[in-house]
Amino acid sequence: MSEAATHHDDHHGHHPSGIKRWLTTTNHKDIGTLYLIFALVMFFIGGAMAMIIRLELFQPGLQFVEPQFFNSMTTMHALVMIFGAVMPAWTGFANWMIPMMIGAPDMALPRLNNWSFWILPFAFTLLLSTLFMPGGSPAGGWTMYPPLVLQTGDAFPFLIFAVHFMGASSIAGAINVIVTVFNMRAPGMTLMKLPLFVWTWIITAFLLIASIPVLAGAVTMLLTDKFFGTAFFSAAGGGDPVMFQHIFWFFGHPEVYILILPAFGIISAIVPTFARKPLFGYSSMVYASAAIAFLSFIVWAHHMFTVGMPLAGELFFMYTTVLIAVPTGVKVFNWVATMWQSSMTFEVPMLFSLAFIVLFTIGGFSGLMLGVTPVDFQYHDTYFVVAHFHYVLVTGAVFSLMAATYFWLPKWTGHMYDETLGKWHFWLSTISVNVLFFPQHFLGLAGMPRRIPDYAVQFTDFNTMSSIGGFVFGISQILFVIVIVKCVKGGAKASDQVWEGAHGLEWTLPSPPPYHSFSVPPEPSTIEGGMR
Amino acid sequence: MKFSTTNRLVKSLAALGALLGLPVAAHAEWGLNLTPGVTPFSRTIYDLHMLILWVCVVIGVVVFGLMLYSILKFRKSQGAQAAQWHESTKVEVLWTLIPFLILVGIAVPATKALIMMEDVSGADMTIKVTGYQWKWHYQYVDEGVGFFSTIDADSNNARQLGADIDPATVEHYLLNVDNHLVVPTNKKIRFLTTAGDVIHAWWVPALGWKRDAIPGYINESWATIEEPGVYRGQCAELCGKDHGFMPVVVEALPEAEYKAWLEKQKAATQQAAREPAATQKLVAAAAE
Repeated sequence: MSEAATHHDDHHGHHPSGIKRWLTTTNHKDIGTLYLIFALVMFFIGGAMAMIIRLELFQPGLQFVEPQFFNSMTTMHALVMIFGAVMPAWTGFANWMIPMMIGAPDMALPRLNNWSFWILPFAFTLLLSTLFMPGGSPAGGWTMYPPLVLQTGDAFPFLIFAVHFMGASSIAGAINVIVTVFNMRAPGMTLMKLPLFVWTWIITAFLLIASIPVLAGAVTMLLTDKFFGTAFFSAAGGGDPVMFQHIFWFFGHPEVYILILPAFGIISAIVPTFARKPLFGYSSMVYASAAIAFLSFIVWAHHMFTVGMPLAGELFFMYTTVLIAVPTGVKVFNWVATMWQSSMTFEVPMLFSLAFIVLFTIGGFSGLMLGVTPVDFQYHDTYFVVAHFHYVLVTGAVFSLMAATYFWLPKWTGHMYDETLGKWHFWLSTISVNVLFFPQHFLGLAGMPRRIPDYAVQFTDFNTMSSIGGFVFGISQILFVIVIVKCVKGGAKASDQVWEGAHGLEWTLPSPPPYHSFSVPPEPSTIEGGMR
Repeated sequence: MKFSTTNRLVKSLAALGALLGLPVAAHAEWGLNLTPGVTPFSRTIYDLHMLILWVCVVIGVVVFGLMLYSILKFRKSQGAQAAQWHESTKVEVLWTLIPFLILVGIAVPATKALIMMEDVSGADMTIKVTGYQWKWHYQYVDEGVGFFSTIDADSNNARQLGADIDPATVEHYLLNVDNHLVVPTNKKIRFLTTAGDVIHAWWVPALGWKRDAIPGYINESWATIEEPGVYRGQCAELCGKDHGFMPVVVEALPEAEYKAWLEKQKAATQQAAREPAATQKLVAAAAE
């Protein structure tokens, strides 16, 4: 990526070079690259934490870490993966692809773009520095429930301000996407012609703008409760600890769709490409995404069915929650219908997409089960939940990120990646991730609570299995880095279209694309519409 | 006795085989599924769980089956030509409506189960459960009996970092306590859950539910245990460093035995009131 961009610097001699180029860049591709590299680094840091968790859970008894540190690892793993890996990765893809997909030269707000990225290293320096503090890192869970989170030591204000910074960065990124898409589309690129990745990202951006400030409010109240004598969440002071959970999950549930909606866009781009057939039901895909986004705001309390809500509340949140299965089902059916009577080939992006459809659907099934209130009284806070959200976030969000990387890497670098290594990466990841997470369903149903450093001996075998799967999955990701580095450095020359079945404006640009994507708007006749 | 890693590795591979459908005996001991439990509610939700599970399995088989068929049949390498159709309102309406109707089919029994769970009226007795970092306190409301319940010493020794004790040699490792919560069978027991410091959750899988114990809140739940026995569970809400080490043990006794136990407790409590220093020891002794 960097080499390709450097190459184009030759034609634009006015850019600073070296580190200053990256610090001061306002170019959507450079910033996209920064986001993606940052996300990859965080993916490995968060992954290392997961390895510590699986190592401790390999067998019963405590062998490696104290319980408090174990809790820090589960807390930090979640924060790093959600706010450090998946969200910045999506913003990276948005930066790289949205201008190229809508026929624009760059993002609408380039300086804001630079700023929104450069906040992130500071946010994570704050967060990760807590690992070295007296009292350790935050250990109250990424959900930061009071009163427990108020027992955090010196790390507490660092946690709060890190969350604020991450939120500011996300909001800035979201504003940029919205302004870009609404103002910089090429003539002829109507809304209902937008590629679905752009559609799902606009919806994501609105979710971000609506939900992140709510999180900011919640953590600020925690801060004042801890340091300024307020009692928003303290029962002893007339406050209410459950209110925090309501506010948090009013952010938290849209957040899970922020993590997964762009993935729907990716899969909707990749499946038609390798099936050589237009996407089935383009407009129903758009409406389904919007419906999911709307529902995501009225289901939040399904994360807290066990807090003791009134019957009417429990029923309402159960009905709205299971209703999400309808638009989500529409998406899955549309992808399968796209494959019907198509002409498929199975390059790595397609393999990851097919795995996504199956494994994300399994995560959707367990989600449906969790949404049914009375049975959730059993599943809640067990490994069944852990299995559920890792199916939707790892084999869902992360797999689609990998699919997208393989899909567009040739476009970005001008080189084809190593298909054999890519296939090894795919098969090792897909097999090991199921060995890692599938047994966790059984652990949860058999009664193992989540967030525990040690467990009763009847849970041993599935935990050992899960850990082995985890180690293999972790090591397999090194292959991913090797494939990317190899591809950036060289490889077979990629054509402009790259994939035989690829349609869309980004494929009309050279590989690698010019520094300013579309200096001249594309011909309206080249705009085919998102269903292709 | 050192835990044999090789042995567990072999067993794990066997479990992997089981997942792939290979014939491996004795699934039951692996704990693959919810247990039906011992209360009317736990049985109801076990049935509900199995219903939804089978609905998901059937939908999964159909959808993944169609996908697999497409992957095998519509391959470019086999000369498949891509059709160009991309819309069908009829089909799209159909696959919006059918899932909706399936959901209604699930929601009806789920609503009934929930109404049953939330009806705490007509209880025969009440027990107040208070969570603390990291132990439980049980108060028999109206009886004047109450005591703490903490993880047993054997588990606690074995679970320390660097303890050279094989957890497999400890009976009910991490699921045993010093003082059981003793209750009668076939009585509707109302549980009031609350907490003294942070949020905990009181959970015994055999009863079919968990309920958060929240400072400042008193949550109501109920259970009628139909079979005598000892039922084990754990705290289910992250509550700090020893969250994994505050088990719940419920011992259900036939009513006559429960009455005898209760009288012993009352006597111990009264005696302790006369000799305050000996309180904890006597209550503890009586509980055993």
